[in-house]
Amino acid sequence: MADIAKSASGGGGEHDGESRRDFLFLAAGAMGAVGAAAVVWPLIDSLNPAADVLALASTEVDLSPVEVGQAITVTWRGKPVFIRHRTEQEIEQARSVPLDELVDPATDESRVIEAPWLVMVGICTHLGCVPLGQKPSEPKGDFGGWFCPCHGSHYDTSGRIRKGPAPLNLVVPEYAFDDETTITIG
Amino acid sequence: MAFQTNNPVIRWIEYRMPIFSFVDHSVGSGYPTPKNLNYFWNFGSLAGIALVIMIVTGILLAMQYTPHVDYAFASVERIMRDVNYGWLIRYIHMNGASFFFIVVYIHIFRGLYYGSYKAPRELLWMLGLVILLLMMATAFMGYVLPWGQMSFWGATVITNLFSAIPLVGESIVTWLWGGFSVDNPTLNRFFALHYLLPFVIFGVVVLHIWALHRFGSNNPLGIDVKGPQDTIPFHPYYTVKDYFGFGVFFIIFAAVIFFAPNYMGHPDNYIEANALQTPPHIVPEWYFLPFYAMLRAVTFDIWFIDAKLGGVIAMFGSILILFLLPWLDSSPVRSSKFRPIYKQLFWVLVADCILLGYVGSQPPEAPWVLIGQLATLYYFAHFLVLLPLLGKLERPKPLPVSISEPVLKGSGPVGASATAKPMEKA
Repeated sequence: MADIAKSASGGGGEHDGESRRDFLFLAAGAMGAVGAAAVVWPLIDSLNPAADVLALASTEVDLSPVEVGQAITVTWRGKPVFIRHRTEQEIEQARSVPLDELVDPATDESRVIEAPWLVMVGICTHLGCVPLGQKPSEPKGDFGGWFCPCHGSHYDTSGRIRKGPAPLNLVVPEYAFDDETTITIG
Repeated sequence: MAFQTNNPVIRWIEYRMPIFSFVDHSVGSGYPTPKNLNYFWNFGSLAGIALVIMIVTGILLAMQYTPHVDYAFASVERIMRDVNYGWLIRYIHMNGASFFFIVVYIHIFRGLYYGSYKAPRELLWMLGLVILLLMMATAFMGYVLPWGQMSFWGATVITNLFSAIPLVGESIVTWLWGGFSVDNPTLNRFFALHYLLPFVIFGVVVLHIWALHRFGSNNPLGIDVKGPQDTIPFHPYYTVKDYFGFGVFFIIFAAVIFFAPNYMGHPDNYIEANALQTPPHIVPEWYFLPFYAMLRAVTFDIWFIDAKLGGVIAMFGSILILFLLPWLDSSPVRSSKFRPIYKQLFWVLVADCILLGYVGSQPPEAPWVLIGQLATLYYFAHFLVLLPLLGKLERPKPLPVSISEPVLKGSGPVGASATAKPMEKA
């Protein structure tokens, strides 16, 4: 530190030597910081999902036994996925809502591939509870979809948030129809 | 008073490493302590003994516990049924967390009532708050380990709080989990951290005591020690008083362990975790309820901050604001005994915190949402509005000349300290 103070006050003939030392000091410090960051990153990244966790990232589902009006819950990446075989009435209900009434505007068409099949991650977008409404005995909320008992969020028949603290619609995962009655999620 | 001994072994060690004089200066006859401390000053040592109990029982439990999602719940049941005295060790550890928080909360409110956070003890106060935050993290992760329904869903709700952070929130939550939901990697790292953090707490406790010994304990009058006539040696006077406190504490602690061990727990945590089924009503442990109430109080967007982030800010802010308390409270008088208005506001704050705790235990419906919002608003107003105003508006009662004066009624060496009187209100 004394060296830096000396060079700052203008050391005359020693000026060249001092500034070279300053440069070396800064370069070594910067190299050390980059090195430390490079060493710390593997430690931090080791806490991210591991290869085996990522390998279990897709799930195949057979839809053929699910009748109209029924719903099933499957597990994908440790989370519940809601699959509902919607009735004509439920589809009509979801499609007749004006977009400006929605908290998180999205058309029903944009949330499905085949109109009868609604596929969503069954996790409330508020704080991660599993909403009720899959079983006939469970409450479906004020909009005929799902109701989260933790903090009172109501979702409609398209899984869109209509009332309560949740900020977003239930998430539609990436999925594709392998044939008419089979989908692969993820 | 310097440490002295005739024991040759102690003298040999002391010459090479002065550990005996260090102990004597820390908790022995070489540590002068205000002579007027009341029983509320027992709660610091009670917190210390609670930490020791938690570490000892925790290490024994760790030797029987399996941190894997398939075995964790069963290994805790095995501790309860098969391990010799396992039920006792687990019930001590489980209820010990509650008692640790009871003791620490009383310790904190003691500091609030007697102004212990004021100059020159600000850093002592802030180190105590760091200990509180570490305790909360440790308790939260410990509650996840039995892998019951409340463990799992508590962990899900609380880790999801971090998703409220703009832009990087989702990535942080995935990083915390080590997966796409609370699962085996989460349980493993929570176990590792739950074992580590108590030792970090221990380290901060050492710093807390170091800072305490710089100026010594505050006292019920809140005035500075004027000289030797105001103090007594820590040992034997306060060691024996602390031991008496331990005795009373252990009686109450044992009564709960043996007669109502699950009173403060939640029955849903005796159901194994199920990722597909949320319990109908998720509640945290009782010591988190006031904070949970504040989390849920923000049900509306504030400018660009959505309700979810707002709730998280309110919850963490309720503790972070205490770090500023030494500067928010501008009154130079420490003890509430001489602050007639602050004394009343203190009890209103206590009532407000208890009310918040009750609101936190109730489902988020009318009228509890509104009551929670008002109670949260009052909590912040106490620190941000009332305390700064009070420092200017309140007229404190006259302070006694010294700690000895009210005890000795003007006799003894008090006259010597009378010259210090003008300094008192500085």
